[in-house]
Amino acid sequence: MTSMTTAELERQQAEMGFDDGASHLLEVSMGPQHPSTHGVFRMDVVLDGERIVKLKPVFGYLHRNHEKIAESETYLGSMPYTDRLDYLCSLTNNWGYALAVERLAGITVPERAEYLRVIVAELTRLQNHACLIGFLLQDMGASGTPLMYAFRERETILDLFESLTGARMMCNYLRFGGCRVDATPEWLRQAQQAVEAFPKFLDEYEQLLTGNEILVARTQGVGLLPKDMAVQAGITGPTLRASGINYDVRKVDGYGIYDRFAFRVPLGEHGDVFDRYMIRLLEMRESIAILRQALREIPAGPVQDARTKLRGFRPKPGEAYARIESPKGELGFYLVSDGSANPYRYRVRPPSLINLTVLEEMCLGRNVADVVVTLGSIDIVMGEVDR
Amino acid sequence: MLGKGIVLGLAETARNFFGSFFYRARLTTVQFPEERLPQIEAARNFPFLVFDGADWQQGMRCVACQICEKECPPKCILIEKSKDKKPDATGKPQFYPAVFNIDVSVCMSCQICVEVCPFDAIKMDVDFELSTYDRFGGLLWDKQRLSKSNEHYHQIHPTEAAAVDAALAAEREKLAAKARAANAPPANAAPSTSAPATAEGQA
Amino acid sequence: MSPERSANMDVEMVRAALAAAVPGCQVEIIANSRPAAQHSLLVDAEHAVAIAEFLRDDAALRLDYCSNVTGIDWPMKDGGGYLEAVYHLYSMEKKHGPLVLRLRTLDRVAAVHLPSLAPVWRSAELQEREIFDLFGIQFDGHPDLRRLLMWEGFAGHPMRRDYVEPDDYEYEPTAHETVLQKAQQHQREAER
Repeated sequence: MTSMTTAELERQQAEMGFDDGASHLLEVSMGPQHPSTHGVFRMDVVLDGERIVKLKPVFGYLHRNHEKIAESETYLGSMPYTDRLDYLCSLTNNWGYALAVERLAGITVPERAEYLRVIVAELTRLQNHACLIGFLLQDMGASGTPLMYAFRERETILDLFESLTGARMMCNYLRFGGCRVDATPEWLRQAQQAVEAFPKFLDEYEQLLTGNEILVARTQGVGLLPKDMAVQAGITGPTLRASGINYDVRKVDGYGIYDRFAFRVPLGEHGDVFDRYMIRLLEMRESIAILRQALREIPAGPVQDARTKLRGFRPKPGEAYARIESPKGELGFYLVSDGSANPYRYRVRPPSLINLTVLEEMCLGRNVADVVVTLGSIDIVMGEVDR
Repeated sequence: MLGKGIVLGLAETARNFFGSFFYRARLTTVQFPEERLPQIEAARNFPFLVFDGADWQQGMRCVACQICEKECPPKCILIEKSKDKKPDATGKPQFYPAVFNIDVSVCMSCQICVEVCPFDAIKMDVDFELSTYDRFGGLLWDKQRLSKSNEHYHQIHPTEAAAVDAALAAEREKLAAKARAANAPPANAAPSTSAPATAEGQA
Repeated sequence: MSPERSANMDVEMVRAALAAAVPGCQVEIIANSRPAAQHSLLVDAEHAVAIAEFLRDDAALRLDYCSNVTGIDWPMKDGGGYLEAVYHLYSMEKKHGPLVLRLRTLDRVAAVHLPSLAPVWRSAELQEREIFDLFGIQFDGHPDLRRLLMWEGFAGHPMRRDYVEPDDYEYEPTAHETVLQKAQQHQREAER
C-alpha cells in the first residue's frame, strides 16, 4: 500500500529535475516489522538514492481504543489499563491518571505516599532512560553490549518494583489518594542501595559510549530540531530540552511534592541526536539527586487517603486536566465526569505521538540510517503512540 | 587521539567480560529453566480461590457475591451463584459459586479482584508457567482448577497470609462475642465458638 | 518557575482581552465547578483562528504551546447534540496555563466542520487528525486531514457515544459475559 499516487510521484520527480522519464525516486515502507522502529511503527519513505525526500509516519497498528475502553470502565478499572500505555513506565502513567482523578475529585494525598510516588517515578525515569540509550545504540548498530548493560541495571530496578508492587512492568500501584501498599523499611534500604550503585553504572556507560568516535560521528548534527519548531510542534520532555528550551513540568507545575527537591534541568544546545543522548544521561544523574533526597526525607505515616473509597467512586460532574513529566515527555490526562461511576470522556495526551509530529522535518535530506537514529533518539513506545 | 574513545569503551567491555568469571555481581544472568531466581514475595500473576481445611468444595471462602466479577477491568471472571446454601469453613450457611470461571488469556494480573474482595477469598498466585496447547479449554479455568488451599497461600505469601488469617480470626472472634452477647446466658458458649477460630488462625 | 500547582488563567481577563483584540468574536465562559477550577472559553468557529493567533502572539499571554487537543461527543445536549473540540493551551515562555478553549459544531451529522488550529499550533496536527478519525469532526484548513489510527476505508467514528461495533469477530468461549453470549449466538447460527 502506498500513500503516494503515481501522479504525485511523477510530479515530485519533475520538481526535482528528473525529466528523462525513468523513475529515480524510490518509495520504501519502513516497518511495521522493521527491527529498529520500536514496535509496530511504519514510515512511508520516499528516497532519492539514500536521501530522504519525504517521510510520512503511519500509525494505528497497535490501536486498541484505550479511551473507549475507559468509558465503560470504572475510574479504578482504568488504572491497570494505563500501565499498558507506555509499558516501560507504568508507574508514571499511573501517576498521571491518579493526579487527574485527584484534581477532578479534590482528593489529597498523604505525605508518605507523595514521597513514594516521587521515588517510584524517578526509578522509572532511570530505567526508561537507561533502556532508551541502549535501544538508541542498538539502532546505531552497536547490537547487544550497550543494551545488555542497560538491561542489567534495569533489572535491579524492576526487582524493586516487583517486591513493592507485585509486578515488574504492569505495576498498577498508585491509587486515588495514595498508593496501594506501603514500602517496608527493607524495601527502602534496597532502593537506597540501588540508587547508590547507579552512578557507578553511569560512569561506566559514559566510559563505554560518550567518547566513542563512531557514536559521535553518527549523532552529532543529525536529526536537528530547532527551538522554535520544537515549541510550535508541542515537543516535550528530554527531546524539547535537548533543543535548549527550559521546560520541565516537574519545575513548572511542581505537581506532587517536586517543589521540595533541589534538582537541575539539563539543557541541550544544538538539538541534535547527541544532545538528546547526553540529556538522558544528565537527567539520570538529576533523578539520582532527587531519589537521594526523597529516600532520606521520607516520613512515616499512612499511604492512602482514608476518605477515598476504592469502590463506588463517583466524582461530581465537571472536568480536569492534569499533566506530569513522564520520561517520554508531558503525559496528560483529561477527564470529563458526568457524575456516574464511569468517566464520560477520558483522554490521554500521549507524548510519544506528539513528539513524532516533526519527524519528517528532522529527517529530510538525511540518509536512511539517520532516520533510524533520529527516531531512536525521540524515544517512543508504540503502546502510547497508538493507544 | 582518534580511536581513544573506542579503545576506552573496549577496555570497559573487557573489564565486564573477564570480571564475570570472578565476581558474582558482574555475572548477572542465570540458566533459567534449571536455575531459578528466588521468588519475590510480593509477586503476583494469576488469581486463585482460597479454601480452608482439606476439602476444596467444603472450605471455599468465596460466597459468590460477584463483586470481583463487576470490578474486573477486562471482565475475565464469570460467576453463577448457587441456588442453595452450604456451610462454609466456619459452619455458617452461605451461598457458593456454582460456576466460577476465569479466562487466563484475558486476565491482566491487575489484582483488583483481590483488593475488592471483602471475604479474602481470592488471592494472587505466583505461578507464571500457564501456557497450554489447548486454546479454549486450557485457558478457561473453572473453580476446581482455581481452588488452592490456605496452606498454599501461606507458602507463597507468608506475611500477607498471616495478616489475613489474623484479621479473619479477629472478625470471627467479634462475631462470636456478638453471638454470646445475644444468647444470654453467655457463660458456657464462649470457649466452644472461639476455639475453632483460633485454630484456623494458626493454620 | 512558579511552585504553585497549575496556575490557572484568569478567564475573565482573557475574555476581555479577546473582545478588544478580535472584533466581533463571541466568547463564552464555561465554568468548571471541580476543585481544579479549570474554566474554559467557548469561542465561535468563525473567529477561532484569529482568536488562536492572538492568544499565541499576544505579549502578555504568549500561549505558544498547545498541549492537548481532544474531542468530546455530546449526543444528548439540546438540539440533537454536538461535537466539541477542546484545546489545552500553555505558555512555554511565560510558564503559565492551562487555558482551555472549546469549539462546538452545529450538530453531529452534517454540520461537523470546525476551523483547524493546526496552522497556528503545529502540535494540533496529529491530534486533530485523531479527532477527525475517532469523532468525525472535519477540520477545515488542516494540512493533511486523514485517518490517524483507524485504516483508510474504515466506516464510522469509534469514539462517538452511539458507535456500534461490527459483529464480525471470531468469538471464542471466554468468561467475558457479553463476548460469551455473542460466541454462543454465532455458534447457534452456524449450527442452523
